[in-house]
Amino acid sequence: MTPSTSSIGGVSERITAADVVKVAKLARLDITPDNLERTTAQLAGMLEHFADIDALDLDDVQPMTQPYPLHNVFREDVVLPSLDRDEVLAAAPAAQDGRFRVPPILGLDG
Amino acid sequence: MSDSTTPFVAPLSAAQIASGVRGGRLKALDVLELHLGRITARESDVHAFNLVMADQARAAAVAIDEAVAAGNDPGPLAGVPIALKDNMCTRGIPTTCSSKILDGWKPPYDATVVTKLAAAGAITVGKTNLDEFAMGSSTENSAFGPTRNPLDLNRVPGGSSGGSAAAVAAGFASVSLGSDTGGSIRQPAALCGVVGVKPTYGYVSRYGLVAFASSLDQIGPFTGNVEDAALLMDIIGGHDPMDSTSIPEPQPSLMDVITQGVEGMRIGRITDLPQGADPDVVEQLELAFEALQAAGATIVDVEVPAFGYGLTAYYLIAPSEASSNLARYDGVRYGMRVDAADTNTMYSATREAGFGEEVQRRIMLGTYALSAGYYDAYYGKALKVRRLIADDFDRAYTKADVLLTPTSPTVAFEFGSKGDDPLAMYLCDVYTIPTNLAGHPGMSVPYGTGQFGLPIGVQILAGTLGEPAMFRAGAALERSLA
Repeated sequence: MTPSTSSIGGVSERITAADVVKVAKLARLDITPDNLERTTAQLAGMLEHFADIDALDLDDVQPMTQPYPLHNVFREDVVLPSLDRDEVLAAAPAAQDGRFRVPPILGLDG
Repeated sequence: MSDSTTPFVAPLSAAQIASGVRGGRLKALDVLELHLGRITARESDVHAFNLVMADQARAAAVAIDEAVAAGNDPGPLAGVPIALKDNMCTRGIPTTCSSKILDGWKPPYDATVVTKLAAAGAITVGKTNLDEFAMGSSTENSAFGPTRNPLDLNRVPGGSSGGSAAAVAAGFASVSLGSDTGGSIRQPAALCGVVGVKPTYGYVSRYGLVAFASSLDQIGPFTGNVEDAALLMDIIGGHDPMDSTSIPEPQPSLMDVITQGVEGMRIGRITDLPQGADPDVVEQLELAFEALQAAGATIVDVEVPAFGYGLTAYYLIAPSEASSNLARYDGVRYGMRVDAADTNTMYSATREAGFGEEVQRRIMLGTYALSAGYYDAYYGKALKVRRLIADDFDRAYTKADVLLTPTSPTVAFEFGSKGDDPLAMYLCDVYTIPTNLAGHPGMSVPYGTGQFGLPIGVQILAGTLGEPAMFRAGAALERSLA
C-alpha cells in the first residue's frame, strides 16, 4: 500500500475507503460494500485518537517487543511424543489420506 | 440469592473445601452438587458458561472421594469446583473462544494449567463465556450471547473473562481461571465483586491458551478471597518447557506471605494518573489508601508520565499481534469452513462468516498498523511508547513497593450503554492496560460498593515478579474490611 497523504511518520494520517479495501484483502476478510463506510469511519476515529503519541519524542527510545528478557530458549534435542495425527485430522473441516484436504490453490482468484 | 446487588458469599473458601475433602470431613461430590444446584437455578439467567460439564465433574468428584477413602491425598485443590475460560484447551472437550469459527472444535491436548489443576485435585465444572477471542470489556461480543452480571442482570459482568467472573460471583464454581491481555481478569473481577489476578508475564504457562496478543496474554485466577488466589497462583505458576516465554526462575509461595502484613511497605499514589474515574470509585480508592496506612504502610507520591499513552500503544500492539495470531483460522485445520472453488476465496469466506464484528475490526486495525509504509508510524512507534511506560513504572518502583489505582473507572454498566463507538468500550481498560504493556503483575480486590450498591475494585500493581508484595497488600486490604 502506498501512503496516500502527507504526514507519514505521524499516526494522524487519514485512512481512506480504498485503504480499507486493500487491508481487508491482506487480512483475507470479505468486506461488504454496506460495511465499508462504517468500518472506514470507525478505523479513522481510532487512528485519530491514537495520534496522541505523535506528541512524544521517541527518537532515542528503543522499541520493546517483549516484557521479560529471555533469549534463545533451547531444549534438549530429544524425540518427545507429539500430537496424534488422526486426532488432529479429525478436527479438520476436511481430511483425506492422512492430510488436510483443501480446494484448488490456483482458482479463479489466482 | 435473587437478582439483587447482594454479593454472593461463598459458605466455604476453596482452601476450606480442599482442607475438608483431604481430611475426609467433606465429600467432593457433595460440594460439587451444591455448585451444580446453583447452576441449575440461575445459569439460564446469567449465562456464565458455554459448556457445563456436569457428568465429567461428577465422575471426577467420585474419583477424588474414592482416593481419600483409600488413604491417598488428591492434592491441594482436592474437590474444589473450578470454571475455565473457554479459550483454554481441554482435550476432547469443545474450546470455542466464543467464536463461530471454532464452533465444535475439540482440542487434541490440554493446556498446562488444565493439567496442573487436575493433578492438584480440582474439578472442572465448565467452560466459561468470553468476548470473542478475549476482545472486549463486557462479554457482549460473544458469538453465543452475553453473560449477565449475577449482581444485577441488567448489567454486564465486564470482560473479556466475564463468564469466569460471573461463575465465581454466582457461586457456580468456587474459583475460576481467566486470561488478561489488557485487563480481562481485573476489570470483570471489579465489576462482579471478586478477586482477580493478572500475574507477571511469564509467571503462568500460556501453553494451550488460545493466543490473542502473545506478548501481553497471561492466565490468572478469579476467587472469592485473596488466600484462594494465592493458593491457585502457587499451583498454576512455574516454569513450563512447553512455553518458551515462561520464566525459569523459581517463584516463592504466595500462601506463605499473605499473613505478613504491610508494616513498613511503601504504597505509591500515581499523581499524574489519567482522570475520568467516577466519584464513588475515587472515594473507595482513598479509603483503601487510608486502610493500608492504618495497617502500617507509608503512602508515597510517584509519577508515571507515560501511563496515559497506554491505551494508544495497546490498541496498536494488541491488534497487530492478533492479526498475525488469528491468521491461523483459515478453514483448513480446525473449526468451520465455508466451501469455495479455490483456497483464497475459501479463506476469506470462512473468516468473514466465522469472525464477529469486533474481531474483524481488530484484525483490520492490526493489519493496517503492520502494513508496508505504515509499520514504523504505527506499530514501531507503539513499541517505543511501550518502552517509555515500562521505564516509567520501573522508576516508580524504586520509590514504592506497590501502586494503588482504580481497576475500572465505573461500576458495572448496563448492556448496550457503550453504543456503537469502539473507543468508548476501550476506555474501560485505561487503568489496567499499562501493566500488561510493562509485563507487570496486577490484581483487583473488592473494596466496598458504589452507585446502585454495586461492587468497586481497587487495583494493586507491582513490578516484575512483585507478586509477594502485591499479595501482602491485597490481603491487608481485605482484612481491613473484616
